[in-house]
Amino acid sequence: MARSRFVGDAGLTVRMTTVMFLLGALFVALVVGIALAVGSSAGPGFGLVIGLVGIGVAVYQWANSDKVAMRAMRAREVTPEQAPELHGMIDRLCALADMPKPRVGVADTSVPNAFATGRSPERSVVCVTTGILGMLSAEELEGVLAHELSHVAHRDVLVMTVASSAGIAAGMLGQGARFGGLGLFGGRRGNNGGLPVWLVVLLVSLAVYAVSFILLRLLSRYRELAADRAGAYLTMRPDALASALKKITGGINQIPQRDLREVSAASALCIAPAVGGVSLSTLTATHPSLEQRLEQLARIQAELSRPTA
Amino acid sequence: MGLWETISGRSRPKRANLDALFLVPSAAVTLQTAAGLTPTGDGSVCYRAAAGAGFHEAQSDIVALLGAAADAPRVQTSADSFGFTWLQVHRDPGDPEGVAALCTDLHAVNTTLEAEGFGPGLLCSLIPFADPAGRRVGLVYLYKSGTFYPFAPTGPQQRDNLLELQVRDTLRAELPIEPELSGWLALWGAPGL
Repeated sequence: MARSRFVGDAGLTVRMTTVMFLLGALFVALVVGIALAVGSSAGPGFGLVIGLVGIGVAVYQWANSDKVAMRAMRAREVTPEQAPELHGMIDRLCALADMPKPRVGVADTSVPNAFATGRSPERSVVCVTTGILGMLSAEELEGVLAHELSHVAHRDVLVMTVASSAGIAAGMLGQGARFGGLGLFGGRRGNNGGLPVWLVVLLVSLAVYAVSFILLRLLSRYRELAADRAGAYLTMRPDALASALKKITGGINQIPQRDLREVSAASALCIAPAVGGVSLSTLTATHPSLEQRLEQLARIQAELSRPTA
Repeated sequence: MGLWETISGRSRPKRANLDALFLVPSAAVTLQTAAGLTPTGDGSVCYRAAAGAGFHEAQSDIVALLGAAADAPRVQTSADSFGFTWLQVHRDPGDPEGVAALCTDLHAVNTTLEAEGFGPGLLCSLIPFADPAGRRVGLVYLYKSGTFYPFAPTGPQQRDNLLELQVRDTLRAELPIEPELSGWLALWGAPGL
């Protein structure tokens, strides 16, 4: 019987689905809340309209994600003749994963980075910067490409866009309420002596926006971890992806390379504080911390290199 | 990918489809009669070597297994510039049973890797053919999609598309051929071509 070296991560799956459920619930709460708040003055269908517009904006962003992202990064598409090594690497990875080959782009910037976007695996783009091409070795670059291809396979652009529709709708409502509701719910008071309707709408949308912001960042970090996992299994080289991540994030000061007993005046600033817990930066980061990612990759590495039975 | 895999962001590594390799011997007969292409007696499996001790053990097990038989073929491994390993098996091209024995050898490599949990790292198998004029074409089997395609390099970055299409049409009835031409991976510098 063939054994599998794939270790599941049920905890990650549970956390991810919980966050997605909460985002969905938030969206429903926003629609219902707005419908109740302005129900008397603008009719019960109003909250629904706002919700639909929010989804519409999100879908538009999703459908054009490849063009928008390529333009924003000033990336150009490259042919196999222009970048044979890059294409060869992606060809092999796609054959290993049995997925359609995405288009390949290169952005002319020294910042080491890579991204994947597009509305579906068939219409996606994987883009790398010239900075990352110069910085990483072939193996490390392959690890990064496998990570990006996993984003494509997981349809992360679609997932994140759908998940952000509550935030988009709330943001639009907040803007509208600030300018007196564009005549939709401005001016008039709901009840005698109560809060004005536009203020209620503003507060509700601000609250929804804030919660959705935190949840989205949480979801984004989970998706990154999932892409790391899938990418490491695809190349079977978790170590290459780990060293690429270390190079990209400039994480020299995460794991000390120098003997820390050689204390100099400045070194007190360089040691990463070993304090656990939640700080504002860990709550709002789009990517998990380097330590978290390296830890997961080390687990996969251990399973892959376990001696044969 | 299904809806649940999309939502949970959890794709399992794709498993390799191993059995279609035994369709090659009869396809080799067809190639010889219809296109004058004869097997060169070589064959290779291309896979991604995982980091660590487990994989090295599995690979030396394979080499020992292939070398243990009475009519043991010559076996060697090499690494290409993309970080993939080619395990090459050489047999006597004059042997009429050569292709069948070769496929058995290649299958032994696959099953051993699969049994140790390295099946997701299998990329392709390559069986080269040559005609009297010196043209060479490799029959490539992609493990993940379970399909074959021909690959005929004529230079460092050139391939003979006419010959490839001719081979495809010859073998269409016998082998599952990769339908997407974009999936016909170029294997520059593959051993035996």
